[in-house]
Amino acid sequence: MFDRDNWQEILHTISKNKLRTFLTGFSVAWGIFMLIILLGAGSGLSNGVKLEFRDAATNSIWVFGGQTSEPYKGMKPGRYIQFDNADFAVIKNDIAGVEKASGRFYVPGSNVTYKKESGDFGIRTVHPDHQYIEKTRTIIGRFINDIDINEKRKVASIGTLVKKTLFKDEDPMGKYVEVNGVPFKVIGIFEDEGGENEQEILYLPISTAQMVFNGQDRINQMMFTVGDASIEESQLIETEVRKKMAATHTFNPEDERAIRFWNNVEEFMKFNNLFENINLFIWVIGIMTIIAGIVGISNIMMIVVKERTKEIGIRKALGATPLSIIKLIIMESVLITAVSGYIGLVLGVGLIELVSGFIPPDTQFFNSPEVNFNVAIAATLILVIAGTIAGLIPATRAAAIKPIVALRDE
Amino acid sequence: MIKLENIHKSYQMGNNSMHVLKGIDITIKEGEMVSIMGSSGSGKSTLLNILGMLDNYDQGSYTLDGTLIKDLSETKAAQYRNKFLGFVFQSFNLISFKNAMENVALPLYYKKVKRKERNELALEYLDKVGLKEWAHHMPNELSGGQKQRVAIARALISNPKVLLADEPTGALDSKTSHEVMDLLRSINKEGITVIIVTHENDIAEKTDRLIKLKDGLII
Repeated sequence: MFDRDNWQEILHTISKNKLRTFLTGFSVAWGIFMLIILLGAGSGLSNGVKLEFRDAATNSIWVFGGQTSEPYKGMKPGRYIQFDNADFAVIKNDIAGVEKASGRFYVPGSNVTYKKESGDFGIRTVHPDHQYIEKTRTIIGRFINDIDINEKRKVASIGTLVKKTLFKDEDPMGKYVEVNGVPFKVIGIFEDEGGENEQEILYLPISTAQMVFNGQDRINQMMFTVGDASIEESQLIETEVRKKMAATHTFNPEDERAIRFWNNVEEFMKFNNLFENINLFIWVIGIMTIIAGIVGISNIMMIVVKERTKEIGIRKALGATPLSIIKLIIMESVLITAVSGYIGLVLGVGLIELVSGFIPPDTQFFNSPEVNFNVAIAATLILVIAGTIAGLIPATRAAAIKPIVALRDE
Repeated sequence: MIKLENIHKSYQMGNNSMHVLKGIDITIKEGEMVSIMGSSGSGKSTLLNILGMLDNYDQGSYTLDGTLIKDLSETKAAQYRNKFLGFVFQSFNLISFKNAMENVALPLYYKKVKRKERNELALEYLDKVGLKEWAHHMPNELSGGQKQRVAIARALISNPKVLLADEPTGALDSKTSHEVMDLLRSINKEGITVIIVTHENDIAEKTDRLIKLKDGLII
């Protein structure tokens, strides 16, 4: 089988029949190429959507104050619901299933200065747990802690891009930045996977901010994680929160607009299911493409055998055994499928790499398409094996050709 | 060299069976040059196919160089063909995508002769039929007579005992026909048994012996 002379004979036949070889190879290369592109597009899509979720914990639920839409216990609709510190305490302490919890108080204006440098950055005034919910990674110093909250310290953790803009090469630790004219001491620098926007932010203790920026005990939004709760459990927790808030703020617990939720558990699961379906879809399409490729090879090899009937007859008259004819056809089929499968693979991966290079790093919904190399190799191998099997039928048919019949074939 | 005894062959044509050979007895000695003649339908092609182990026979016995040729497997038949026989066909039957040298060398490929060696030998045989300069031409660049000479070189390269020629001059004009016949004669002189199937009298006349077939019997 691995006799060099055999391969020479086959290479010779292939090189003298370029169109036929090209046609056979093309269907295989195309099949693999399409499979690779599909797999790449699928992974790009799922990577892109996952990017949407890299910012915040996927098991977090976010609560925002809304506006009532129904009259309730003599109250008119259209009231704004404003959370306060007491509400936060309820969520943090009284709701079963809540792990980490934080509130946010919105600070109006966002002008931050250090010496002569200044910039507009996002200000988030938070509880210490916020770092787990937003997946903030402190790289130098520390994040806001409980003592900061209790003592209402004027401290700030700044994003890497804030540091870059305001401090350039200077070490910001212990220096004071002015937020809307109020000085805060820098105690930490953080990174965030959520992209550039998430690093142009300063975190301040919520209690300090409420005091300094005249917030009294107002809280604008609250967020918490729910451990590994399922969608159903997370929805139960949501309902629980809604009930508690309805009781304190006197609104109908059925009123969906009074307070609003963003349930990441639910959203993430939704997308997760979507990915799984997309993946399944891609595999189905991919396998169909491969089957089409196999049928293509088989079909073309049939034609090849038909076309080569006379040649096979001549070879038999000259002493070719049936086995050598089978080998001739199958080895040709294997060689063509292997080489063209590889070409399809390289072209597919090449195109994906090329496309990948043009996609900006933070692009959502389609990002860093990639191909699992093992999958690609496995697909090529399957194709080669299938190509052999596909070649087997035409080959045995070729071997069965009677030389007299073949020689009469004009 | 060749001994046929009471050979019978019939073909199944739908419900009818056609009795083509009805008991053929032939003995051909080593080094003979024999022609088989007969009108179409006389069974001469069938006889040649049986002689060439390209077809089986129903009854009788066929001995080639002391070996009984009967009910061979395809593989065995292929090996015997390669070992004992050389074929020359009316339509030349060269492989179109191989040049003259490669065509001539092909039987040696099935004898597992190394590529270099068989190409050298092929050149030698092409030289013998006077076509050495044409070695690297493709069949469609050759004239009919040249193609037939290439085919003869190919038939000879495996050093056969018997050369079977099926209407070797059927597609050639009379001048080239004569050249081809002269070539076959000179091959015969080297000791190879030559059997020619033809329907042309002047071709048959050039052989040592004439076997006439009519309706499946020798007359």
